[in-house]
Amino acid sequence: MKIKKNIALSDTGFVFNPSTGDSFSVNPIGLEILRKLKDNEPHEKIKKHLLDSYSTDADSVEKDFYDFTKMLEQLQLTEADAK
Amino acid sequence: MSSVSPCDIYIMKKLQYERPLIQRLNTGLMNKFGMRTEYAPVSHIDDVSVKKLLADFGSPLFVISEKTIRNTYKEVNRAFKTRYPKVQFAWSYKTNYINAVCNVFHQEGSWGEVVSGFEYQKAIQNGVPGNKVIFNGPDKTDEDLTAAIKNNSPIHIDHLDELYRLTELAEELKARPNVAIRVNMDTGIYPIWDRFGFNYENGQAWDAINKIILADKLELIGLHCHIGTFMLSPSAYGIAAGKMSDLALGIKRKFKRDIQYIDMGGGFASKNTLKGSYLQGADSNPNFDQFAEAITTAILNAGFGKDELPLLILETGRALIDEAGFLLGTVISNKRLSDGRRATIMDFGVNIMFTSFWYDHKISPAQEFSNYTEDCVLYGPLCMNIDVIRENVTLPPLKKDDQVVVHNVGAYNMTQWMQFISLRPAVVMIDIQSKPHLIRKRETLSSIESSEVMPEYLAKFKL
Amino acid sequence: MPSKKVTVAVTGLNNVDSPGPGIPVIRGLLDSKEYDVRIIGLSYDALEPGIYMHELVAKTYQIPLPSAGIASIMERLKHINSVEKIDVIIPNFDAELYNFIKMAPVLEKELGIKSFLPTMEQFEERHKANLSDFGEKYGIKVPKSKMIFSTAEIASLTKDFTYPLVVKGKFYDASVAYSPEQAAQYFNKISAKWGLPIIIQQFTYGTEVNVTALGDGNGNTIGAVPMRKQVITDKGKAWAGITLEDEELLNITRKLIRNSKWRGPCELEMIKTNDGEYFLIEINPRTPAWIYLAVGAGQNHPEALLKMALGEKVKPFEHYDIGKMFIRYSYDMICDLKEFETISTLGEL
Repeated sequence: MKIKKNIALSDTGFVFNPSTGDSFSVNPIGLEILRKLKDNEPHEKIKKHLLDSYSTDADSVEKDFYDFTKMLEQLQLTEADAK
Repeated sequence: MSSVSPCDIYIMKKLQYERPLIQRLNTGLMNKFGMRTEYAPVSHIDDVSVKKLLADFGSPLFVISEKTIRNTYKEVNRAFKTRYPKVQFAWSYKTNYINAVCNVFHQEGSWGEVVSGFEYQKAIQNGVPGNKVIFNGPDKTDEDLTAAIKNNSPIHIDHLDELYRLTELAEELKARPNVAIRVNMDTGIYPIWDRFGFNYENGQAWDAINKIILADKLELIGLHCHIGTFMLSPSAYGIAAGKMSDLALGIKRKFKRDIQYIDMGGGFASKNTLKGSYLQGADSNPNFDQFAEAITTAILNAGFGKDELPLLILETGRALIDEAGFLLGTVISNKRLSDGRRATIMDFGVNIMFTSFWYDHKISPAQEFSNYTEDCVLYGPLCMNIDVIRENVTLPPLKKDDQVVVHNVGAYNMTQWMQFISLRPAVVMIDIQSKPHLIRKRETLSSIESSEVMPEYLAKFKL
Repeated sequence: MPSKKVTVAVTGLNNVDSPGPGIPVIRGLLDSKEYDVRIIGLSYDALEPGIYMHELVAKTYQIPLPSAGIASIMERLKHINSVEKIDVIIPNFDAELYNFIKMAPVLEKELGIKSFLPTMEQFEERHKANLSDFGEKYGIKVPKSKMIFSTAEIASLTKDFTYPLVVKGKFYDASVAYSPEQAAQYFNKISAKWGLPIIIQQFTYGTEVNVTALGDGNGNTIGAVPMRKQVITDKGKAWAGITLEDEELLNITRKLIRNSKWRGPCELEMIKTNDGEYFLIEINPRTPAWIYLAVGAGQNHPEALLKMALGEKVKPFEHYDIGKMFIRYSYDMICDLKEFETISTLGEL
């Protein structure tokens, strides 16, 4: 799963999709994940990073990361053909 | 960086985790600015930690604040007594008849108001003197009526069949029961509750009064009405009090006798927000002063002589207990619905929180969150599609095992709750020194099965 | 040059095809010869055009919707006030008035923010469902109306009414029914959306005329300008209008304000029948969106409202230009995404 290249992310958590005109807001951890996805970091590495930096557990990270990326797909922020 | 404290190191090591969120910016919907109070965490109730309450008594858990009950009672008492010389409250048992709750009201000076033989027995067992238990409702058995006659309790007659039966019983028992009639009327509020009592406008009420006084077997001591429930219009009470006073003065003119009391029933709205209402109930629902002003003004202006003013009885239930009740619960799971909405499943449902059918209950998380929120549906744990606690609520990203506090659940939930699918939770009262007391135990399998009977031939089977 | 500086917070920046009155009110305030007004916009939606009109609005803050409750709104206003030091607040939406009327004493006492609003009693008694009583109480003719609670009541309406009838919702929506079948149809449609009761009102033939007026709360009419709509949008909003000479209509307005001691702005919607009778159809307890016509005709109501909020004594206007017209137009502003981002994510711009 890849984030579309033209998606604009700002420090305030504002996400803009120039090809659809949709805009979104993300919380800081969501922004962090989006940035890493945009830099094509492997998912496992992102999850590892979350687990290392936040007081949480692997199950929560796994579940929430899956849910978040599913939402990104549903909101059409990802490359359609990449799976 | 010059110096780093141990505390900073800890924070740098592990940041507080929050579920990643993304939300479409919907125009037309305010989401987070200034909405803090909607989800401001409530970690303590009367200085007792929610976490500890749930650890000690299990989840879910009903919690009653004794302090809130007493403060609310003082408030309603002040509203009426500063406006009218003779006021008496009677605790509406059906609203919440856990004995500890009833007794807080009785300690404050409330009589009892009951609508069944079961409630009547409860009030008597709680120690309320018989002449201070008002017996309302359409269903009173011979046994109930006999007990009430013997105890000298005010019996509020609902229909003619009851009037005739009571007259017969009075003769059999050679007693003269104290009675009032329930009157229904048009107060500009619809639907009219004309299924209870005798109608004012069409003359039924006068007929019943004539029958009682002319037969001379029953002592007509009062007049009773109860115009509706969750009433948002104080002026309707003004109209009702006017019509009740008119009846009382009519009785004085015709029969030269004074009615001892006018019982205006209950029905005052609490601070809950009704489904579909645009404004928050806490802001827009009338307060006790507005109800008191409407009722007392109507009676004071009706034309009673200075010494003839009847006692004003109020059976307010909901508005006196709703705010004192909290339901604490725990998140079971989160899921994403097919349309992308977030759903959160709680460990309490409509089976124990019946009022979620008509209120949008305020729900607060019990722990701190950042100010990011998302819209979600809150479901109960029942395997039933109707088990929805809030169809749409904005909450911080709750995760499994997070705890929440539901507000304003003191009225009707602890009486209308169902033993359905799961067992009913414990109820705890926090006293004014902030000490929790268990006032109703969590149900167990045996509390339900103790009333079941197994026929011998069904006792065994082989699989 | 206006000398006295004042900061005024204004809502209703949705200057769209069914416009809120915020922008015209602001234009009136900025026309003041006495006051140098700094406008703080209060918005509910990131796309309200007023947010982006920087020549009119110095700064805009998002505020929670009225349905969020007073506690939320108070908290937000406290924050805004700590930054902007607001002197006066002018709410312009029907839906927010209840809260603002309730909050007014606290806003003034705790935050020093003044306002000039109808009393709660005035606000409540002019509701559509109460209009008959209102008319009777203050001696204004109102079309015969009745609240009904079920379609079963429609059959007997002909005892008191003649078709066509107006079928109205408690808060919004109205349709003209020419037969009992149609009335039942509208009853179902409107009650499904807005609940019960449904208000049945006698349809009155004639011309709709409107008055924007300002009462001082003691029974005096500070200003009143009558207007007839010349172009109406498909949403029933005036797109062009003209001030009228109509002493009778002004007399009715003054009578209503005198008898009700109306406080603050209001708009009266009236029907003038062919026989020259006037019927009150509705009272809006706020400034109408066409208020700048009154300003252009010589009565700056927003400025007078500001002065009354500040506790100044205001002399009633004695004159307005007859035959002044307004013609509304739409205009495409060019805005930067950055601004939308800022108001969307930070809640202020």
